[in-house]
This record gives sequence, C-alpha cells and structure tokens, in this order.
Amino acid sequence: MKNPYLPIPMMVKKAFMETTDRMLRTLELTFQKEEDQKAFEFIPGQFCELSSFGKGEAPFGIASSPTENGSLKFTINRAGMVTTTLHHIEEGEEVGIRGPLGNGYPIDLFKGHNLLVVGGGFAFTTLRSLIAYFLEPEHRSLIREITVLYGARMPGLLLYKEELQEWSKRDDMKVVVTVDVGDQGWKGTVGLVPNVLKEVAPSSEDTYAVVCGPPIMIRFTLPQLKALQFPDERIYTSLERRMKCGVGKCGRCNIGHLYVCKDGPVFSLEQLNILPKEG
Amino acid sequence: MTLKLDKKDFHSFLQNLMNDYELFAPVQVAEGVAVYKKIEHPLEAARFSLNPQKPAKEVFFPQSETMFRYGKVGVKTEVTSTEKVERKRILLGARPCDLQAVSLLDEIFQGREYSDPYYINKRQATTVIGMGCSQPLSTCFCSSMEGGPFSRNHSDIFLIDLGEAYLVEVLTEKGKAFEKNPFFKKATQKDLKAAKSIEKNASNQVGAILSLEGIERKLDQMIESPFWDRVQERCIGCRVCTYLCPTCHCFDIADETLTTKGQRVRNWDSCLSSLYSQETSGHNPRPTNRERTRQRLMHKFNYFPKNVGRIACVGCGRCVLYCPADLDIRETIKEIQKG
Repeated sequence: MKNPYLPIPMMVKKAFMETTDRMLRTLELTFQKEEDQKAFEFIPGQFCELSSFGKGEAPFGIASSPTENGSLKFTINRAGMVTTTLHHIEEGEEVGIRGPLGNGYPIDLFKGHNLLVVGGGFAFTTLRSLIAYFLEPEHRSLIREITVLYGARMPGLLLYKEELQEWSKRDDMKVVVTVDVGDQGWKGTVGLVPNVLKEVAPSSEDTYAVVCGPPIMIRFTLPQLKALQFPDERIYTSLERRMKCGVGKCGRCNIGHLYVCKDGPVFSLEQLNILPKEG
Repeated sequence: MTLKLDKKDFHSFLQNLMNDYELFAPVQVAEGVAVYKKIEHPLEAARFSLNPQKPAKEVFFPQSETMFRYGKVGVKTEVTSTEKVERKRILLGARPCDLQAVSLLDEIFQGREYSDPYYINKRQATTVIGMGCSQPLSTCFCSSMEGGPFSRNHSDIFLIDLGEAYLVEVLTEKGKAFEKNPFFKKATQKDLKAAKSIEKNASNQVGAILSLEGIERKLDQMIESPFWDRVQERCIGCRVCTYLCPTCHCFDIADETLTTKGQRVRNWDSCLSSLYSQETSGHNPRPTNRERTRQRLMHKFNYFPKNVGRIACVGCGRCVLYCPADLDIRETIKEIQKG
C-alpha cells in the first residue's frame, strides 16, 4: 500500500524572487530519485504539499507544465510559518513534497475548443502550467484560439514577466496583461481584470473560460463572463482551502460533500452552483 | 459455535491472549472514566458494564499518532515511516455502536482513491471481540441507527455478560482461531436462554425512537435555513461531541521537532474549532459557530450519506451525555425531520 503521507525529497535547483514586494518567490525543484521522477505524472491544475521539516506542510499549485520535464516549479506567497521557511531555503537544499494531488484542469474537455484564461495576482501559477502545456508544439493543435488576460495590482507584482513578454510576441495566442495602477515604465493596459475582460474577451461560442484570482476578482469576473454568455458548465476555477492531508481524510477543506483537495481544486461553475455557499 | 468463559478465568484468559497478541481493552484511567488502551497486565482491564467514555476508534485512529520520524543528515532529510504494525492485536470489549462506527471509518480510511496505511494496518492486524451492551443508557439510540445493543456486525467474536460468565459466540474466520482457547467451555442451553433474555431486555430498553428516513434530502433544502441559528445558540463550541464521537475522523497534522530531528504527528481535530478552517490569510470560510455547527451535522447526515451511502452517526449517545450545554442530537434530528 502506497503511503500518501510520506514526502519524497526534492532539491532546490533554482530559487528567485518574482515580485518587487518580495512576497512571491519561485522554487524550481528537481527530483532526487529516478523512481520518484518516473512515478510523478501530473496534469496542469494539480498541486503538491511542500514540507519544511519542523514547520509543517502547505499546499501549492504546480506552476510548471508536465511538458517541462525533470523539474517542478512552485511560486510561494510568504504568509505563514511554512512559506516563510520556503522563502529562506537556499539553492542546493532539500524540501519534501507530496503529490500530485487534486483533479487538475479538464484538459480533454478543452480539446478542440477555444480557451480563455483569466488570472489575477499570484493565483496565476497553475494557469501558467495550463498555458505552457498547450503552447508546447505538439499540444498547440489540441486547442484552437488561446486568449490570456492576466492582471496584478502593480507592474512589479506580475509573475513570470519574461514569459509574458515572450507569449505576447507569439502570433498563435492573444495575451493581455493589465495592472490596476501603472508606473512610469508601464506601457501596457491599465484597468481591473473584470473591466478589461469586457473589451478583450473572445466570443463565448465554443470557448472554455478558466478563471483564477483573488476572491474579489472572481466575484466581479463571473458576472462579466455571464454577460458575455459563457454558460456555467464552460467556466472553470480553482479553489483554495485550508488543507492538511490533501487526500480527503482529515476533513476541513470540504464544500458540501466534496473535498477541495481530492474532488477539486478545479470545479466548474455549474458544479459550484449546487454546493453550499461557504466561501 | 457458542462457548462460554467463566469470569473467574477472565484474567488468565487475558494473560493467555497477551502471549500472542497486543491486547486493547477498556482501562479505568480515573474514577469512573474508562478509555480503550493497550494493556500490559490483565488486571488493568476494566470489566465495565458501561460503554467507555472515549470510543474504540482510538485503537485504530489514536488521538495522537506519529506518522513518520525525520532526521537531517547534512542537507538531506531522512524520513522513516511508522506505519508498520509489529504484532497482531485484539480489541476486547468494544460495543456494537463503536464497531459500527469503525465500519464507517473504514469507508474513509480505506477510501476509493487513497488508502491510509496507519489505520488500515492496525485494522487488518486486529481481531475484534465485541461485547453485548446489557445496560444501555437513556441517551442510547443505536436501534434507530441501523444498529442495536446486541448487533453482532463487525465483531469476530461476541461476548454476552451472563453475570458469573461470558457467553462466547465465534462469528468469523478470524474469530475461529480462538475457538480452542483452553479457557472456553461449552455453553449450556441454560446459558443460551439467559443470554437471549438479557439481549431482549437491553433491546427493549433502547427501542427505535427516531426516524431518519429522508433526512439527507431534507437537509439538502436547509443549508440557508434559520434553523442553524437556533442550533448554534446553545452550542458553546467546546468540541467535546466531536472528540468523543466514534465516527468523527478529522485530524490535524503537525511537526514536532528538536534541532535536527523530529516527527510528524496527526492529532484529532474538530470542525467546531474556528482555527480548523481558518486560512493563513485570516480568511475563514466558516467564520461563525453557525457554519461550524452546521458543518458537523451536515457531515453526518448529508455529506457522508452522499459520499458513501450511510449516515455517520451510530447512536452511541456520547454527544448527548457529555454536552455541557445539554444539546441533544436526537432533538435536533427530530426538528430537522419536522422541518
């Protein structure tokens, strides 16, 4: 019987600060054992529990794509004990990880359709995984048009800036990056994600929308998508909850009868509509 | 096969079992307080006529349990799991309600997607010697919850207290391994008759008083009901009902560390605690006692049935008996059913 509570060791290959407020740090981890690497198969949208031994565990969405072999990327918001330790961990040091956990995005469902990705703030991690997955040359033809709308409060708080620039140069996708408040160097769009969405959204016909962001952004984005006539079954989001076990045993992360850790974290709006409103 | 065990042989019988098994039985830990514990000496085993305060789930799912130990060796951390169970075990004296609860925990810890080796290993290594509940309390309602004070379900061997002896029923293959125990004698017709009468008396005492029919569907419609305001008004959030509940299975995971080595442990947790669902940001999806008391009841009578097709309450009555605010889950159920 596989023990789902035992972390496997991974090494910090690269660690760097993403944002100017120094609250978001990306860790690139490599497997220490070949058998662990082989056994680790994931899809975008899944997450892992990262261990800082002595402090505990916390869940993080996988920011890398399964097409980027050999390593896993996580972007960590410094908030509590575990995340603070993960902000101080150095390259060459070891962390424990458990996963992949959760259901991930319904990749097969998206195939053959258009994809609209709407992200805000540091919730862009698993969206980045999803986008990178479909931008992989052999996967690009699996879906039709890709539109990405990503926003942050300020330019300095955007994640994966270099990659965003590369994407915006591509002619096989549309990328709009917006900030709530610009600065002197900012040449891009200024405006809140829900407002910008109105202007840049593709037709809802044959399009799936994936939305991740702070609760306030989600709250104002969903009505916009409805106004654009996206049906609830084609709107997906990924939820966060306090979690411990990650495998549906310890209680805690449930919404109604579903556990965010094992039945989610990805849900369609259609699914969420019938669950109790606990937010 | 029906046997009997004279009470004068009880301690020798336990000693005999302890030669080959780790024995878990009710142990008196304070005046009038019994819990299930591993016993080191036969005299420790309390022959309680009443159901112990803490449920038998503890034998498979301890209140605090080490999951693995870790130690730093240079930059590497070595992890050693503690999931293995070294010796075969016996759970002695568990009541039918607690055993029905264990069968519900099986659904969680066995799981469809993930199995929990700490629980499963203990469960598989254990032979269950259940005990008929000849003195049910006024708080008991097992007969309303698909059980009964003499339900043999989930026991490998079943004991009935006849006064001077125990009647011994061997029920499963696992139980058969004990048939030849030197302290077992053949039961007489008189013993069987006495046992029947004890069983009948106990069953009459409990009776089926509650109707659970349709409660899951009723609750589907009640999530925003003002009913929960009334439920939470009396609850002081002490969590005793969840800790003593034989079906509650929530746990917290924490690291305990000393310089370079330590252990990861899991501890019983409770949905009635505000920290239980509070996120690091401070946001809490269940900010008040209203959402938390609702979670406890919805989980037992709606979510659990949705997931595994069974109600997660066995009618042991501990939450009724030990609630400092005198909340009575039977009354709550009746109100929902009227609702």
